[in-house]
Amino acid sequence: MTAFGKLIRTTAFRLTLVYLFLFALFAASLLGYFAWNTRRLITEQITSTVNAETGEISDIYARRGLRGLVFTIENRALRPGANLYLVTTPTGQAIAGNVGSLAAGVMGSSGWSETFYRRLDDQDTVTHRALVRVTELPSGFRLLIGRDLEERRRLFGIVAQAAQWSLLIVVVLGLGGGIFVARRVLRRIDAMTGTTQRIMAGDLSGRLPVGRSGDELDRLAENLNAMLERIEALMVGLKEVSDNIAHDLKTPLTRLRNRAEEALARSGSEQEYRTALERTIEESDGLIRTFNALLMIARAESGQARDNMDNFDAAEVANGIHELYEPLAEDDDMTLRVKTSFAPLHGNRELISQALANLVENAIKYGKPVPAAQPLGADATAPSREILIEARRVGDQVLLSVTDHGPGIPEADRGHAVGRFVRLEASRTLPGSGLGLSLASAVATLHGGDLRLGDAHPGLCATLAIPARSGVSDRVVAAQTQDVPQKVA
Amino acid sequence: MIATDPQMRLLIIEDDRESADYLVKAFREVGYVADLASDGEEGLALAESGDYDVLVVDRMLPKRDGLSLIGALREKGDRTPVLILSALGQVDDRIKGLRAGGDDYLPKPYSFAELLARVEVLSRRHGGPAEETTYRVGDLELDRLSHRVARGKDELTLQPREFRLLEYLMKHAGQVVTRTMLLENVWDYHFDPQTNVIDVHISRLRSKIDKGFERPLLHTIRGAGYMIRDGIR
Repeated sequence: MTAFGKLIRTTAFRLTLVYLFLFALFAASLLGYFAWNTRRLITEQITSTVNAETGEISDIYARRGLRGLVFTIENRALRPGANLYLVTTPTGQAIAGNVGSLAAGVMGSSGWSETFYRRLDDQDTVTHRALVRVTELPSGFRLLIGRDLEERRRLFGIVAQAAQWSLLIVVVLGLGGGIFVARRVLRRIDAMTGTTQRIMAGDLSGRLPVGRSGDELDRLAENLNAMLERIEALMVGLKEVSDNIAHDLKTPLTRLRNRAEEALARSGSEQEYRTALERTIEESDGLIRTFNALLMIARAESGQARDNMDNFDAAEVANGIHELYEPLAEDDDMTLRVKTSFAPLHGNRELISQALANLVENAIKYGKPVPAAQPLGADATAPSREILIEARRVGDQVLLSVTDHGPGIPEADRGHAVGRFVRLEASRTLPGSGLGLSLASAVATLHGGDLRLGDAHPGLCATLAIPARSGVSDRVVAAQTQDVPQKVA
Repeated sequence: MIATDPQMRLLIIEDDRESADYLVKAFREVGYVADLASDGEEGLALAESGDYDVLVVDRMLPKRDGLSLIGALREKGDRTPVLILSALGQVDDRIKGLRAGGDDYLPKPYSFAELLARVEVLSRRHGGPAEETTYRVGDLELDRLSHRVARGKDELTLQPREFRLLEYLMKHAGQVVTRTMLLENVWDYHFDPQTNVIDVHISRLRSKIDKGFERPLLHTIRGAGYMIRDGIR
């Protein structure tokens, strides 16, 4: 397609053509109306003055007879101007006036008519148009009084010319403007098309150009850029995940294979086979768990788990998880405590339970105090081995938090601690898939909230902040909170 | 493994030849009569004609999928317990399966011990005694109405959750109960804890009901789960 072809196909240009046509039509009808009205006005004016003069002259004739009439006519005919006078005998002979010649038959019929004429004092042979009234006087003499129409014609000519010029200007300006606008739009659209083509070719970092005017194209570009941002993040996430899967699933698979191979090669005792097989099962169970966690995260992130949402109290979830993990913590010489108040949520209870369980498991696993971090001295208290689960409503958010007093996560690491398979240096030696925080974060995102990692001085405070269920009044909250302390763990 | 009623009849509806053969073989080894159907239509026909104690149904089957097969059976008033096997292991799939009329749901991949334990529980529920108010295993007695637990002459004090745990174990006395089954039925969680939480709860319960007594009642079944029973067979 040629550049011009592209130009005239743009919406902007087509709209210009439509508007051009409409404006031209408007201008033409406006001028037409003006011309027609002016013409009418002039005609009316002529008619009324001619009528008045006819009356006046008939009067003179009645009072002073033919002599008076001829005298008055001759007198008036000599005045310069556009006035026409003619008096003829009943046989049609001109006896006074300033009309040289007339179209045939004009003098024969009484009343109004438009006619060609020539003045007596005209040197040239040009004929003019005039509006005349012929009256028959009582004696059979005929009187013609008229006005030249030159003025009316000139005015009409001026209007017609104005119409031509304005049409020309409208068309030229309209076309020019249309081409200008269309080219501008086309340039920006071409820039966008270019970018999208680059993106389609695989360069996901490309962004659409955004102008400063904040018009609809800019807003569109901004929105598309936001979309591209999200797509890029998802793609990067996907790539990261596939890289991680490749690493974190292939490693145990390789181990599995090696072990099976080794057992096969060293045809040992039945006991040896048995041990090898048991370890194989253990390893594959771990793999299945990792897979399930990954699927769960993917599901939460894609929003599929939204089907199973209902209303519940996050305090119940916290109490339930506390009840489940309390013995485990105690076995590990730690104390798990819970503090809850009414925290209404709308969400997937199972996923939120699991997210909280992951945080608690992490706290039990990594939240043991570091002995060296405790100050040596007189008032050195025993390191706190307490983990606190809290569920409460703060403003329009429900906060589900797990606080431990272990080494915590350095601020610089908090951002990527949530990533899949991320295992911070400190935890590499302990078992785990590195998916716990990822899942918790994905669950929080699914519910429109987020996972916050904070400092508990010392220790980690991991909080799931999720928008509270709306429509539950504070009075209900107060009433329900009072019921909670009676709950026996 | 565990000796079962030799008359127990099982129908496996699974299209993957290898896993189907493995299941049939494994169930026959523990004394089940196991039949096999390899697609939905054949499965439905067999399930309707045969008198089975439990059906093990794969969710995705050729000709007629698992859920519609169960729906057709239930519509005809057939209450045979059904265990659904599925590669779709997520919570909502599970709920869908149970709503369609399944009695239990096991995501693939599963261990045979887990499947066997669940099938046993299902078959017992099907033909077994109705809900009793008092469970007895050896000299251990649990009263479900008054929430009293006693071993011999000693009254035992249990936390509410320990009571429910023991109640579930005693309801299925003599049967293997897996950790996932406990998590699902006692705690109503369907996720998979990465740690041995259940073991810790069991060991607490054990310290209350078995500590100081000569005959232990709560046994760990290696590679499968737990079982409460009197003496060792």
